[in-house]
Amino acid sequence: MKFLFKIIKDFPSYLWSGWGSIASIFLFFALWDFGNQLYGNLVLPNPKDTIITLFSMLSEPNTLNDIVITIKRAFFGFCISLVFGSALGLLAGLFATASMMSRPIVTILVGMPPIAWIVLAMIWFGMSDMTVIFTVVVASFPIIFVGALQGTRTLEGDLKQMADSFELPFKMKMFDLYFPHIFSYVFPAWVSALGMAWKIVVMAELLSANDGIGAALAISRSQLDTTTALALVLIMIGSLLLIEYLILEPIKREVEAWRK
Amino acid sequence: MEKIEELKVDNLSFSFGFKEILKNINFKLKKGEVVSIVGPSGGGKTTLLHLCAKLLTLEAGKIRNSFKSSSFAFQEARLLPWKNVIDNISLGLKAKNIKKQKADELSKNIALKFGLQIDDFEKFPKDLSGGMKQRVSFARALVLNPSLLFLDEPFSALDIGLKKELQSLLIEEINTNQLSILFITHDLMEAIKLSDEILVLKAEPVGHIVKSFKIDTPREKRDDSFVYEQTAKLLSDEYIINTFELGFK
Repeated sequence: MKFLFKIIKDFPSYLWSGWGSIASIFLFFALWDFGNQLYGNLVLPNPKDTIITLFSMLSEPNTLNDIVITIKRAFFGFCISLVFGSALGLLAGLFATASMMSRPIVTILVGMPPIAWIVLAMIWFGMSDMTVIFTVVVASFPIIFVGALQGTRTLEGDLKQMADSFELPFKMKMFDLYFPHIFSYVFPAWVSALGMAWKIVVMAELLSANDGIGAALAISRSQLDTTTALALVLIMIGSLLLIEYLILEPIKREVEAWRK
Repeated sequence: MEKIEELKVDNLSFSFGFKEILKNINFKLKKGEVVSIVGPSGGGKTTLLHLCAKLLTLEAGKIRNSFKSSSFAFQEARLLPWKNVIDNISLGLKAKNIKKQKADELSKNIALKFGLQIDDFEKFPKDLSGGMKQRVSFARALVLNPSLLFLDEPFSALDIGLKKELQSLLIEEINTNQLSILFITHDLMEAIKLSDEILVLKAEPVGHIVKSFKIDTPREKRDDSFVYEQTAKLLSDEYIINTFELGFK
């Protein structure tokens, strides 16, 4: 509760620090417009047209529906990864054998290209929600698993001994020693897994679904409608930026204020 | 009748696996006394201290500890990096179920006494210098008002000024609150400055106590020249030469 209050209190000063980022985004728009002047509207529509298309799309119920479907899939897949990845990672971290044995499996999971998973999932589950969600889970699970695993593996013996010397009760050991340490590893893993989930969900939809942002992207490609395609990309990037900078970053700042 | 507070170690032996670390250790620490154990690094001093503080399980021999309370200050400060200065100091108090408000107040008082500033209270350990961290670590141990304090070379990484300052704070505690200290060091001068009794722990072949020196001069009267003189005397002692392998080859 105290934490939440502090996050809200520091929020205005955090927003104020965002001018630099906004300037760099405008610079990006300028470059984009320059590209448009070089290559023409078919290859790279200008930012103004794209944004106008974006707003007209956002007023259509169809697009909104697609966005909701995509968010649902990404969120659902991410939540499954979050629960299982954190729990299994923590558990594996507790046992030296389990963490040793899980390493090659994690390497395989991380190394396997998501596109290969999509193909397999299409064979297994057909063109359904399941295919998309499965791909999201498979892609984001190892990131969270590794974060949780490292969190438990790197608990310092020195601090544990200190806690023992002051006879900290079990509850204090959990909340003052183990939890903050593990959280400092797991939370960044959650953030990168969320980013991963958002990217993968669109890719999976593009190949294996009839609805959602990814499918809309596939349709705009087949119609050679570059403006719509770019507007969809804007939606994806915009939502990621919003989540990242308005929600996750302020939390991260408070949670990790003690870090170097 | 109040029970006499003392720490008595009888015939203690300890080994890690097949490697014997300590053998037949005997000593006694009475209320208000400082006993230091000196010896070269890697001689089992820290193991002995951890055994006395119950951070390791005893294998053979007996340790009787009738002190009412004890706390530990480590060689490194070992602060929780995610807690600020005051929350670190009050850790032991909270473990004893003392209310947060009361614990914070006690912690703030002792922090000021140990030379920390009000500005430092909210800082995290990453923003503190090595010396400041060690001050916090001392404050954390002493805020509990222990009757026995375990010290594991806590001065070894500090500059001379800070060393002296913390040592005089300890001497004050010994005189006013009858604090007892079991003190581990490889620095003879520190030991001479603080101790009533110095035990020399020789590492070879297995850690054992070879000699004990008593110092009767009151701590207040141990000025620099006294410490130098005594150190020189000890350094010429045959046992010390053998233990620290000072003999010229």
